[in-house]
Formats: sequence, structure tokens, C-alpha cells
Amino acid sequence: MSDLNDELVLTYIQESRDQLAELEAGMLMLEEDPADRANLDAIFRAAHTIKGGAGVIECGFIEQFTHHLENLLDQLRGGLLSVTPALASELLRAADHIAALLDLLETGAEQLPEALAAGDAELVRALESHLDSGNDTAGAGAVTPGMGSPDAFESTGGGVVASDGWHISVRFGRDLMRTGNDPLSFIRYLTTLGEVVALETITDALPAADEMDPEACYLGFEVHLRSGASKADIEQVFDFVRDDCSLHILAPRSKIAEYLDLINELPEDTMRLGEMLVRCGALTSAELDAGLEAQRMLEADGEERPPIGEILVAHQAVRPELVEAAAVRQQHVQEKKQQEARLIKVRADKLDQLIDLVGELVIAGASAQLLADRARVPDLKEATSEVSRLVEDIRDSALQLRMVQIGETFSRFNRVVRDVSRELGKTITLQVTGGETELDKSVVERIGDPLMHLIRNAIDHGIEPASERVAAGKPEAGSVGLNAYHDSGSIVIEVSDDGGGLPIERIRERALERGLITSGDALSDKELANLIFEPGFSTKAQVTNLSGRGVGMDVVRRNISALRGEVEVHSEPGMGSRFTIRLPLTLAIIDGFLTGVGSASYVIPLDTVVECIELGQSGQTRDYLNLRGEVLPTIDLRHNFELPGDPPARRSVVVVSNGRAKVGVVVDRLHGEFQTVIKPLGNLFKHLRGISGSTILGSGDVALILDVPALVSTVTRNESAQLVRQ
Amino acid sequence: MPDNSQAQVQRHVLDADLTIYHAAEQMPALLALVAKGGRVEVDLRGVQAIDAAGLQLLILVKREAAGRDTTLRFVGHSEPVREAIELCQLAAALGDPLLLNAGSPS
Repeated sequence: MSDLNDELVLTYIQESRDQLAELEAGMLMLEEDPADRANLDAIFRAAHTIKGGAGVIECGFIEQFTHHLENLLDQLRGGLLSVTPALASELLRAADHIAALLDLLETGAEQLPEALAAGDAELVRALESHLDSGNDTAGAGAVTPGMGSPDAFESTGGGVVASDGWHISVRFGRDLMRTGNDPLSFIRYLTTLGEVVALETITDALPAADEMDPEACYLGFEVHLRSGASKADIEQVFDFVRDDCSLHILAPRSKIAEYLDLINELPEDTMRLGEMLVRCGALTSAELDAGLEAQRMLEADGEERPPIGEILVAHQAVRPELVEAAAVRQQHVQEKKQQEARLIKVRADKLDQLIDLVGELVIAGASAQLLADRARVPDLKEATSEVSRLVEDIRDSALQLRMVQIGETFSRFNRVVRDVSRELGKTITLQVTGGETELDKSVVERIGDPLMHLIRNAIDHGIEPASERVAAGKPEAGSVGLNAYHDSGSIVIEVSDDGGGLPIERIRERALERGLITSGDALSDKELANLIFEPGFSTKAQVTNLSGRGVGMDVVRRNISALRGEVEVHSEPGMGSRFTIRLPLTLAIIDGFLTGVGSASYVIPLDTVVECIELGQSGQTRDYLNLRGEVLPTIDLRHNFELPGDPPARRSVVVVSNGRAKVGVVVDRLHGEFQTVIKPLGNLFKHLRGISGSTILGSGDVALILDVPALVSTVTRNESAQLVRQ
Repeated sequence: MPDNSQAQVQRHVLDADLTIYHAAEQMPALLALVAKGGRVEVDLRGVQAIDAAGLQLLILVKREAAGRDTTLRFVGHSEPVREAIELCQLAAALGDPLLLNAGSPS
């Protein structure tokens, strides 16, 4: 495959996934409100776009499958079928299957592997079984799907034949014959274009004998023509006498589907309605001109200008459904245009490269500033500080580029909640709030799995069975909430449910069993609740399909820790539980506070710093100090990281907070604010507690970035353990 | 009483083309036949060409005849005439000439 093709395929896959998301959202809505016409149209459009694209990149298996889906959707749209729960489920399965096909395409496969092919055939059969079930239930199973063209079935029964052809209605002008034209020759020519199914000579215009001009033409014809010719071909027959006759050509029924297809496949340019109809062949230029002329005339008469579509339908130039389709398409294109004007697609790796470069720029800028400081040239210092200010702005806007709204991730869970709650026989709604909250794309990508787990968990364990809920005086339908908001430099995501809350006593028993706590430990309910994040912990009596294997919550916590985030649970017996995930907004660059201990440098993320104080002269043996009457646990970095050398006489304490608890970090020196690019630590150091990354200083030295939440939790845990022991 | 009716039939052999070029002269001639009343048979075997003008003339004459109690038959259709009538599917409207010929005792 050439590069160009590759690019095309990648774009197709990405766009199709977007379409698929719309498709799925639409299908979920369809289940709720089967009568929503606009929604049905949107679903159809999405399926059609996926099919059309598959044709362009020549991906046969997607094109074929979506064709079947599209057929079904078309019947739904035409009101030939109605939405049943079974059908809705199959539609959703079909969407899943398309997702699988797209994944397959991404791997570069050109053929379906056997496993998928079987599923494909099975789904196609399922879709086909709904198709036509309205008029032919018995025969539906017998029809071999995908055999022969669908047109092959259309020549059954006389009624179908009569209506399935071009209808040409022509009234010749009086002077036609005087100009040497013989109307019969046009009819003869028509017969060469196809088969005349029916023809009627209209003689109503013939006057009485004494008024008759034998050289004037009084004839008209109504012709039913079965032909593969286009409308323009037919119109061309009458080309010479176009101005001297009134001509209406109506398309056959079968042609309408074709026109609808063509309308939907028109390039996405802003086109006028008439132009669209001409482009797809449903309307000829001459008909359009006549329509526009009529429009002008009406307007000239001082009437309100009617839409051209209305005029064309009134002129019988085109069928109303085609005008409607073109209007919908026109609107769709306009909307898309507007969106495109607002959005521009950028490859993620280009963006990452930019962020990398900005990171290097930040480091280089810091280096220049350091040199300028040392050189003690005021002008140079001023210039470099201006440069660093700009670099800071660039950094902020570059990071902003990677910010995406979390709503898209949230909406994926609608489907999960629907499927899982059905599987378990519960009625559960998902309440999403704060979907517009933005966070770094790389974080969004990696938060999906942990969220999925928490939601499944909430549905499975959190929400009680309906009978229990009713007995407890709660509404029968359970509710799971997803919420997101910004809070002091981080983003907070909450997954809550209005279920029974965590079984605290069971957790205590279980923790004792597992040796996670001893019977002497005095733990608060909150601490007990958070034990569920310990590895291998599950209290659910029976293991279900979904969760309860005890592999969940510790993995959730590990995933979130890997994002430099943390998770905790808050539970209220009988009222429900709330999982709170706190994540940094971005993974790439932070504002840091540079400190020094001995010869080493440490960066503390600035948004976690509360204040800096001087450490008293008292011999420091305690692990806490008195901060304006408040007990502040402290951690001595020199001690914690086992650094050699003696502490200087004067030391400082940086008070940091993780949003809830405060801890003092004891350091030798304070260097001040420092913009820093996070370089992730290598795999070797993955399990290092208290360090989240490294960075390079302007001088070329390496500084370690402190993982404040981890430090705070270590310290608070030590503290409480000591308190309990005392 | 075939003999009786046979006697009253006025035969007219149309020996000109029925096209736009002759329509103007043929119309009065044909209308004159109709005006006589009774039974009129117009033999079309001499018509070597016919166009829409001729065709609408035949229709007109037929209509006039019906209005005046004249029984007008076109017989002996030449090939071009038959072709034109079939093309426009006017056989039924004009009265099927072949059937009339076959039913005629002569």
C-alpha cells in the first residue's frame, strides 16, 4: 500500500470511528425514542458515510457489511419496519461489529479471518431476518443474503412493472409541425431508449372540425418507459423542440433510491439545492432553469419567493422525497463546513513533537536565564526574562492544544451502563455532568479503562437489586453518576452510585482474613473502605461475569497512580458510594519549585506548594512541627532519600498539600520557581516511591521531581500508625 | 341484411399521403365524406406516409363522424399507417381496423 493510501486509510479509520460513536449514540437514542425522525436520519447518514468511505478505500468487507446495515436502516427510515428491542440490540451489535472490522482494517488485513467472518455472516443473517419481515415473514429465511443484485427482485407482479419506469408526459406546441418536426419521430426515438410499457395519445386538445387548423399540432403523449437511460438522455430526445412543448419526466421508483444514494455521495461542497439535484441526475438543467425562471417571475409579482424545491415539485420535475433528501444533505454539508471552520485535524504525533520541542525550549531558556543571571548584565537579564515569559506562554498554548473535553469519554459509558444493567436485570440510568471539563489527551486516553472498571463495579456491586431498593424506600431505578471538575491544578473525576454503599464490616473481616490489618488496628470507616484498593481484595460472595474476581480495584489504583493521580472511595451505608479520582491536568510540563538538599536538586510541583517556612533551630528529631497551632507532619528529604553529609544550620520547610492533607518537606535550600519538563523515569525506577520523574536543569544537572501525593500519603500513614501504637 | 347495408356503403380510396404537407387539402375532403352521413369506408392502402398531422386528422374525422351519426371505417391500412397507429397505441381509440375487415362479409 502506498503512503498516500495509508494516509487515506488512517483518516478513514479515524473518521469512521467518529461516525461510529455517533451511530452508537443514535442507536441508544433510537431505543428510547423510536419515532425520532431526525435521529434516524443521523444514524442512516453515519452508516452511509462509513459505507461510502469503505468504498473509496476499497475495503470490501466493511462496505458489504455496512450495506446490509444501511438497507435495514433505510427500511426503518421509510417506516417499513419499526424498532423492536431485539432489533435495537442487533443494531448495537452491528455497530460493535463495525468497530471490530475497523480494528481489523487498522492491522492492514484485507480479508476477514474465519472467526470474524462467521460473526459477520451471522449478523448479516440477523439483519436480513428483520428486513422484509413486514411483507414476507415465511420467505425471509430462505432468501440467500447477498446473492444477486437487489434490483433482480423488482420485476415481480404487474403493478410493480407499471410504476417502475420513467413516466414521460409531453404536450407538443401548436407550431411544432410547421417547423418541420414530427411528434411521432420523438416517440419513435423514445422507443429506442427502452421498452415502452404503456403509451397513451392525448387528443383532448383537438378542437371541433371548424376550428381545427390541420397544420397545428394538438397531440400529447403519456409514456411509460422502462429504460436504463438517465433523465438527461430522455430529455435530450426532445432537445430540438424543448421550447415548443411542455415536458415532464418523472423518475421510476427504483431510480429514486439511486438518486438518494447519489445525493448522499455528492462531494461536500456548499451546493445549491437545484445544483445537487442536477448533479445526481434527478433534475435536468433545463428543468432547473425553468424552475428558477418561475421563481423569478413569482418574486417579480411581489410574492414571497418560494423555495426552488417547492417549485420543482409543483412542476412535477422531481419527486418530493428527492427534494427533501437534497435539503437534508445540504444542511448536513453546511453544518460540516461550519465545524471544519472551527476545527482542524492535526496528527497526534506532530503535536507530541511540538510539545517535546517546547519542552526543550523551556530547558534551554532556563539555561540562558541562568547564564544571564551569572553574567550580571542588566540588559541581557531583561531580554532573557522576556524570552522566558514568552516561552511560558508558548508552553501554555501548546499544552492547551492537547486539551480535550472529557465528555466524549463519558458518553462511551452510556452503552456500557445499558448493556451491563440489562445483563444483570437492573434498571440503571447514567447521569453525566461536567463533560466539558478539559484535560490532556494522553490522560484521557488512559483513564478510560479505570473508569470502565469503576462503573461496572458500581452497577454490579453498588446498585442493589430492585427488590432491595424498593424495600429500602428508594426509587426502583438505580443511578450511576459521572462527574468531572477542575480543582487546584488537577482534574477530579467522580464515579458515584446511589446503591447500598460499601459493606464496611465485610471489608474489615476480609482484611483481617487476608492479614492486611490486625484486630488491634483502629481504622476509621474511610480507611477501611479504601482497603478495597489493596491487591486481591473482593468481598462479593459470588464471582459474577463482570467483576468480583478481586483483580479490579488494585489495578484501577495502579493505573491511576501511573498517571500521577490518586483514587479514593467515600461510602455512606444505604446511600451509595463515590469514587474520587484526582489527576494532574497534564503529564508533560509542570511549574515547579526548585529546592536543594546537599548537592542534589528536587522539584516540587508548584501547584501543590502552600507556603515556605524556616525550620527552627531545635534539634529535629520529631517528624512533625507546630504550624500556627496546627500539627504539621514533616518529612526530611535528606533522611528520606538517605543523602550523605550533614544538614546546614538553617533549613527550610516547604508546606505541600495534596488537596486534603498538608505535609512539610524539609530541604536545605530554596531556589524558587522553575518551569520544568517532566522526563519519565526509566523502567528500572518504576517502583520508586516519592519520585514521579526527572528533569534537566539549566546548568545541565538532573533534578528529581517529587511525587507529592505519594509523599503525603506515606507521611500520613506513618503518622497514624504511630498514633495508633502510642 | 348484409346486401342491403353493403349497398349503402360509400367507399373512398384515399390516394394521398397523410402528412403535414397534405393535411390542409385532405381535411376538407375527409370532412365532406363524413358530412354525407350513412356508412363510409375510407381505404387507406394508398397512404404511403403518415405523420402526427395525418394521425390527428384521422382522429378528428372519426370524432366528427361519431358526432354526426355517420359510421366511418378506415380499412385497408397500409404498412406506414398501421405502424403509426400501433406506435401511438390508437388502435382502440380509432376502432380496430383489422378486426373490422375480418368481420366484414365482403
